[in-house]
Amino acid sequence: MTQENERQIHNSLIRINDNTWELPTDYKQGMKVPGRIFLSKSLIEALEPDAIDQVANVAFLPGIQKYSMAMPDAHVGYGFSIGGVAAFDKDTGVISPGGVGFDINCGVRLIRSDLMATDVRPMIPELLDALFEAIPTGVGSKSRVRVTDDELDGIFTDGVQWAVENGYGTIADMEHCESQGRISGADPSKVSIKARKRGRPQVGTLGSGNHFLEVQYVDKIYDEKAAEAFGLKEGQVTFMIHCGSRGAGHQICTDHLQAISKASKKYKISLPDKQLACAPAKSPEAQDYFKAMACAANYAWVNRHVIMHWSREVFEEFFADQFGDLGLDLVYDVAHNVAKLEEHTVDGEKKELYVHRKGATRAFPPGHHDLPEDYRKTGQPVIIPGSMGTASYVLCGTEAAMDISFGSACHGAGRVMSRSHAKRELNGEEVQKDLGSRGIFVKAQQPSMIAEEAPDVYKSSSEVVNVVHELGIARKVARLLPMGVIKG
Amino acid sequence: MSSSAEKYEYLEHTADAKFKAYGATLEEAFENAALAMMNVMIDTDTVKNTQSEIVELMSSDMDALLFEWLSELLFVFEVENMVFNGFDIEYIKQESDDFHLVAKLMGEPIDLSVHKFGTEVKAATYNDMSIQETESGWTVQATVDT
Repeated sequence: MTQENERQIHNSLIRINDNTWELPTDYKQGMKVPGRIFLSKSLIEALEPDAIDQVANVAFLPGIQKYSMAMPDAHVGYGFSIGGVAAFDKDTGVISPGGVGFDINCGVRLIRSDLMATDVRPMIPELLDALFEAIPTGVGSKSRVRVTDDELDGIFTDGVQWAVENGYGTIADMEHCESQGRISGADPSKVSIKARKRGRPQVGTLGSGNHFLEVQYVDKIYDEKAAEAFGLKEGQVTFMIHCGSRGAGHQICTDHLQAISKASKKYKISLPDKQLACAPAKSPEAQDYFKAMACAANYAWVNRHVIMHWSREVFEEFFADQFGDLGLDLVYDVAHNVAKLEEHTVDGEKKELYVHRKGATRAFPPGHHDLPEDYRKTGQPVIIPGSMGTASYVLCGTEAAMDISFGSACHGAGRVMSRSHAKRELNGEEVQKDLGSRGIFVKAQQPSMIAEEAPDVYKSSSEVVNVVHELGIARKVARLLPMGVIKG
Repeated sequence: MSSSAEKYEYLEHTADAKFKAYGATLEEAFENAALAMMNVMIDTDTVKNTQSEIVELMSSDMDALLFEWLSELLFVFEVENMVFNGFDIEYIKQESDDFHLVAKLMGEPIDLSVHKFGTEVKAATYNDMSIQETESGWTVQATVDT
């Protein structure tokens, strides 16, 4: 793409308000709806033109509702941009594996505690060693448990319910997961033998890339009432788990992408990008994918749940003698990469839509029936992980999100520097040392991983979260700062 | 072809790894695409070829075959716990409507004390994929999700 082209793409955006930009349908012939990109002026200047083009491409897909959207952490992906949100009519729309991504239900969960940062800080290096020992991390890591085929069926079908029934965590944990940690309609017969083979040894593994487990403390409270409902207060220790469905999810997407690509041709859907392959939502191909995707989503919830269980054991081993009950309750678990059938109002009419969130978080408002009783008044906790070494945020969902973004908000900081660029520019050991001098310990399989995921390769999480807050699609509740991180 | 620079090159992509791979034949370009993808994860110079694995694939078009080829490598890597340095594609050919590929993968079981992993490749994608015949042979382009 030439510089001239890049400027033209940016010039096509029309400013709606301080944080909303519209990409009109005349940007590209074939767009069925306009694009809506939620960015501040400074963030929009940094947005890659290719990401804008990807927002336009998604607007081509049949049955798309209102807008093809991108959240403030948007950056270029494959097919859909990362940070993309698109909803399709249940009857006339499509389902697209590219709108979910390969790491199905990559997501994040936050666990609170009654411990204070001052109690835990001196123990951080030893605590990280023990967590690193307890939770398999890194490329191709294998779990301490190897589930049987029957157990795998249970995981695929029942998600967190399976985990609770098998001795991991409690019913209260289950209620504090998006959709209670289970998408219904999952059908293991739509999952290939290959995906099963990859799934069996990986339940309870963190994986690699941007996935992590971080020990944090609450640094700031913005909304006392909501924070109290979520069990958060200043100075308190929390930990956060970020990972997904591992090889099983990657394989499920790979397998079904092939079938859906053929289906796109069969149903004569013209695609601006092959990675946007999709099939009519009611077609057997789309439904088969959806049933398999649900299996992967449920697997991912179990994965995070088992990791949480083992992490709780480590915390208890370290602190229970001195502090008694540690109050290690799950605040909430959200999915970042998933498609779900949800009810939304479009032009005053209630409709069932397949909402695709690819690098976006569901952000349901107070009173929504999917929320647990104790969060009905506050709205859904929206958990936004920072990049390594930077702040993470807890927000809460709002009614405005239902109007503006199909009940969605951002999912993280958003990458700005490629991995290869990061490896050239940054030295993992130096990044590790620099973070250490700021009181943030990092333990990783490989120092190169630390360079690839260094704070400098991401947008500022604070800036991204501020856009969401100002737009009103989620409100800031608390800021969390890191003390120690384990990575693949 | 001796240096990796002649076999493949990486292109800038913010979130993922994107590369072009070259070959005098289509088979060689596919082999070099495999090498490019494997080197996102690991320096393949550290891999000895002590074991081999035969792979047979069939797809409905050439893009799908490249997607299958890269996906299959990731599957074997993860399930067999092996890393590869040698990719010997016996043939790629079209029979009626289908495209076939038969290849031998050479490598060894993963040993974390020897094999230093970088980025994990999650999957192959169709993003900006291209397979082109050029004056000097073939060029394939692919993006893998990391």
